Amino acid sequence: MLSITRTITSNGDLTSTVTIAQALVFASPIALAGLAGIWAERAGVINIGLEGMMILGTFGAGWAGWQWGAWAGVLAGIIFGAIGGLLLAVAAVTFGVDQIIAGTAINLLALGTTKFLAILLFTNAPGGGQAQSPPIKGKIPVFTLDSIVEPLTALHEKGIFFVSDLAGLVAGLFYNMSLLTIITLLLFIMTSYLLWKTAFGLRLRSAGENPWAADSLGVKVVQYKYAAVVFSGMLAGLGGAYLSIASTIYRNGNTAGRGYIGLATMIFGDWRPGGTAAGAIMFGYIDTLRLIDTGNQNVKGLILLGAIILFTIGAWMLRSSRRNTAIGFLLLGAVMIGAYFSATSFPPEVAQVAPYITTLLVLATASQNLRPPAADGVPYRKGEDH
Amino acid sequence: MNLRRLATSLIAPAIGLGVSLAATAVILISIGANVTVIFSSMWNYGTSPRAMTLMLNLATVYFLSALAVSIGFKMNLFNIGVNGQYILGSLAAAVVASNLQLPKAISITVTILTAMFVGAAWAGIAAWLKVARGVSEVISTIMLNFIAVGIISYLIVRTSIGTETSVNIRGTKFIPESGMLRGNAFIDPDTKVYGFLIISIFVGVGYWFLLNRTRFGFDLRATGKSASAARTSGVQSTRMIVTTMLLSGAVAGLVGLPYLLGQTGSYNLQFPTEWGFIGIAIALLGRNNPVGIAIGAIFVAFLDVSSGQLVLEGVPREISTIMQGLIVIVVVISYEVVRRNQVKSEQRSVARALAKQEVSA
Amino acid sequence: MSENSVAVELQGIWKRFPGVIANSDINLKVASGTVHAIVGENGAGKSTLMKILYGMQKADEGIISINGKALVFNSPSDAIAAGIGMVHQHFMLADNFTVLENIILGSEPKSGGKLDFAKARKLISDIAAENGLAVNSDVLVSELGVGDRQRIEILKVLYRGAHILILDEPTAVLVPHEVEELFNTLRDLKKQGFTVIFISHKLDEVLSIADEITVIRQGTTVGSVNPHTENVSARVLAEMMVGSELPTPQSVGNTIQDQVVLTVENLGVIAAGGKAIVDGVSFKIRAGEILGIAGVEGNGQAEILNALMGIESATGKVMFQDEDISKKSTRYRRDLGIGFIPEDRQRQALLLGAPLWENRMLGHQTKAPNAKGFWLNPRGAKADTKRIVAEYDVRTPSIDVNASALSGGNQQKLIVGREMSGDPKLLIAAHPTRGVDVGAQAAIWDHIRNARQAGLAVLLISADLDELIGLSDSIKVLLRGKFVADADPATVTPQELGTAMTGAGRAA
Repeated sequence: MLSITRTITSNGDLTSTVTIAQALVFASPIALAGLAGIWAERAGVINIGLEGMMILGTFGAGWAGWQWGAWAGVLAGIIFGAIGGLLLAVAAVTFGVDQIIAGTAINLLALGTTKFLAILLFTNAPGGGQAQSPPIKGKIPVFTLDSIVEPLTALHEKGIFFVSDLAGLVAGLFYNMSLLTIITLLLFIMTSYLLWKTAFGLRLRSAGENPWAADSLGVKVVQYKYAAVVFSGMLAGLGGAYLSIASTIYRNGNTAGRGYIGLATMIFGDWRPGGTAAGAIMFGYIDTLRLIDTGNQNVKGLILLGAIILFTIGAWMLRSSRRNTAIGFLLLGAVMIGAYFSATSFPPEVAQVAPYITTLLVLATASQNLRPPAADGVPYRKGEDH
Repeated sequence: MNLRRLATSLIAPAIGLGVSLAATAVILISIGANVTVIFSSMWNYGTSPRAMTLMLNLATVYFLSALAVSIGFKMNLFNIGVNGQYILGSLAAAVVASNLQLPKAISITVTILTAMFVGAAWAGIAAWLKVARGVSEVISTIMLNFIAVGIISYLIVRTSIGTETSVNIRGTKFIPESGMLRGNAFIDPDTKVYGFLIISIFVGVGYWFLLNRTRFGFDLRATGKSASAARTSGVQSTRMIVTTMLLSGAVAGLVGLPYLLGQTGSYNLQFPTEWGFIGIAIALLGRNNPVGIAIGAIFVAFLDVSSGQLVLEGVPREISTIMQGLIVIVVVISYEVVRRNQVKSEQRSVARALAKQEVSA
Repeated sequence: MSENSVAVELQGIWKRFPGVIANSDINLKVASGTVHAIVGENGAGKSTLMKILYGMQKADEGIISINGKALVFNSPSDAIAAGIGMVHQHFMLADNFTVLENIILGSEPKSGGKLDFAKARKLISDIAAENGLAVNSDVLVSELGVGDRQRIEILKVLYRGAHILILDEPTAVLVPHEVEELFNTLRDLKKQGFTVIFISHKLDEVLSIADEITVIRQGTTVGSVNPHTENVSARVLAEMMVGSELPTPQSVGNTIQDQVVLTVENLGVIAAGGKAIVDGVSFKIRAGEILGIAGVEGNGQAEILNALMGIESATGKVMFQDEDISKKSTRYRRDLGIGFIPEDRQRQALLLGAPLWENRMLGHQTKAPNAKGFWLNPRGAKADTKRIVAEYDVRTPSIDVNASALSGGNQQKLIVGREMSGDPKLLIAAHPTRGVDVGAQAAIWDHIRNARQAGLAVLLISADLDELIGLSDSIKVLLRGKFVADADPATVTPQELGTAMTGAGRAA
């Protein structure tokens, strides 16, 4: 589908090496947020506070990063995120506060605290300001495999249908690949293994499926929930740290809702790492196109791509019985095609809201027929009947 | 009103306030500020007539925002999208009002209805997504917030809705005086209290009536307490969700009006966009009860206004945001603890009372 | 494995909760290799006792001895280590996990750091084969029926090396042939030397499987009988459980009028898996008539009631007097004058966090005395709540306490009073006197009988066969979603009814 779009729009950027590489960079924080969501919700705790924990992570990375270097920033981001996770665990697991309320409260607290500390700590620091930190010292190592990248990029320039696009795709994976991205990938693999192939994972998931059954078999449910939520905070904090390092500074509002988008990828991925990663990559891709959009052409391309995807999904859904939604999708796709052909360029605001509209679309398609953990969101108290 | 219940419902906010004050004091001390000086200067400024006027005005806004959120909370629906709903509502209201040349009463009514309609419509999108596609309203309303910001930016910057209203500022056309509600300067001779205050009080009273004295309100509260019992009693959950979200959005649409009609007269990109989140905090503090919300709104507004003084003492005013965040967390935890204790103690006291009855019978 | 050794001995067990004494001076001896039944009414203290034995609660006083050794249990793990396994009444299974995952949870076999699935599978199939329990390890529990789920619960305890099995009301949710299968399993286990403790209030079943029966009443042990050596009948046991002559709710006289109030034609309810839980049910109820439905729990009663109230979707036709209400909303049906006492009172009939007078309004918020048109009438509701409290003997210090503060029996009385108010034309009642003390039970029966005289039509579902026979004008027996027999309350006995309900004597 990408190839079709690229040919029609004759926009090489859609599948170029640089684009793909950058897409992974944008995807990673979202992916980490989604993974964080998986850890918490698989243990039965809804984590709306992901955004706040990410914010804490961005702040930690900015604060430690400009003083002691990038890796210190990463560590600080993880720790700050963990603190947020601990707070949620105390409120929701020990005290049984409604998890969404607790998460929202943490978001509020994180927002206020970071704004306050930013003014306090960064205003007089060299290169910093009231709402942002000085630049982070040093960098995270970045790898490029020239032997693969160069020939494939050349292939991509040739513009051959599908082959070139594939070339660009592969090349992008090996270009400017940051160590943090590799760490993210490893975390995903580790999660898959831990949660589905070990006793630890089984017990953690049982806390989210039927904590009373687990308790009756001697599983220490509360401990697992705590571990899951704190780790969730750590992952979100890492995601935030990634953001700061990628932008080289901490800036107020840098997260821009990515914590919530991460939750959306988790739902899209049916609470499994594989689907979540796919969703995150999709968002990263959209984000990238928007940002490197020099002639406002990328957005057009995106709209066309979106239309094609909607048509495909709509046609697919016609085969199953959900007529109304299928028709809705087809109509939307038609509208988008119409818009594509009628306008020469789109205002930048469309690009600005693209990720959020995409999230809504993703959730609207994916939300039904899913299997969230059975006891997700249910407050658990040891010894109480359910 | 049961005195005992009143006392128990005040414990949690009291604890929250206490903890937060203590924490703030600690923060202040750690950055080398003089706690007593700071608190007393905040208090002195905060009780001055001008500050109190500002506080009332801000409280009006916060009150409406918290009410909007509460309508949803009472039913376990989380309308986090008040931000998006009110900025769209305010923009629409500004556009409509600036084109009207009618007697004040009619003009204001039309403006209010416009804002409510737009706010409700925006919330309605999230409602539809929830009932038709099962999308969590928490995420959808937050996404709609971001989308609303984009829409507004587009409309003001790139269409004729925005004009050059001042040096380097694009906004809607100014609303004529006949459409404004500037209010009265009865506390401080130089600053007016927004006229919208009266309307807000009506909205609050209406909210209380709706919730406690109508069938709909009963259904709503019942759904919040036990969705299964409500269903058995005849409530249709789909209809409830949609109606509640629409109502919540309608009230949310009003949030920008006190400021728009009382002060600026034009909607531009400087218009505050964070009042929705504060409404969530206050709704939690006030436990979704109009009186509690009113008190919470006044308190938070007081903090906000008087913390402006802090800048003069070299303390970032955002410390008030930290206080608010802390209060919310501590209060929310305290409420839960108090509630659980209450259930247990009630069971015990009922058992005791019955035992006494049997002995004397 | 001596036949005479004592597997479990409880001496002087006491347990108190705020406001109530759950267990007082319980003494129990269970011989190994036997099936020992514990019977008692709801609320007699059986569940608490078993929770103590399984380590989920700690006794305030008393000694627990397993195989002659006195032990202290601080958690279920301790009990499991002592060889005790509990099969709960409400299954503790994670629907989204496979059978295998449910069984091994908490005692997983490992190799290196990984879960050893192969070893687990082998262990499970070995145990299953030894004890005649067929199982497929890789099926998701959500796809299994009730009998299979119970087998998995039994496997769970066997997997952990239990020698003493506690089964809490195991037949409450089983259909007749599943009950037989379970009893065969228990007999097999007995032969292998396992000890089974069996909690139930189904006296007929207990008499057929138990080697010894202990009766508990109001928290204390009343006595033990051996059905093999003594001549015991269900009635004798019941009187031991209740402690006095059982009240009999005999309905007097014929009050049936001509007008048909409820017509049900070909009602069907399909469950998520495609199975028909209710299959072609048809009946008519006239004004002044009480129709009783007898059946073991889980044969479709709850679904019929939900369908009649419009809470669950169903096929077929439902008519109220002359009006077709098959597609009408729940509120519409209630407003027509249908009262509903649901089976699950805490989830469906009460707002636990709301005061009694608000609960009075629940389900009736559209009419007087609770409302005038659009507006609520709290004063009217409060006054009427006081009336209900007086008339139905609801024990509460005031009408402002939350419903959660009331005992189950008093909650039930409030619900019955509420549904009977407002002159309903049809009352749909599931176990209306469940948990209610004997005196109030008689009062409720009086209210129902008086209303019947005045023309009330009643659809009655009850597990209390005496109540069913005593109140009903006619009885239909429900089995697997279909009516399979009619019974005449004037002549049928509880034993005969129980036989029809369990399908014994028919080809399964």
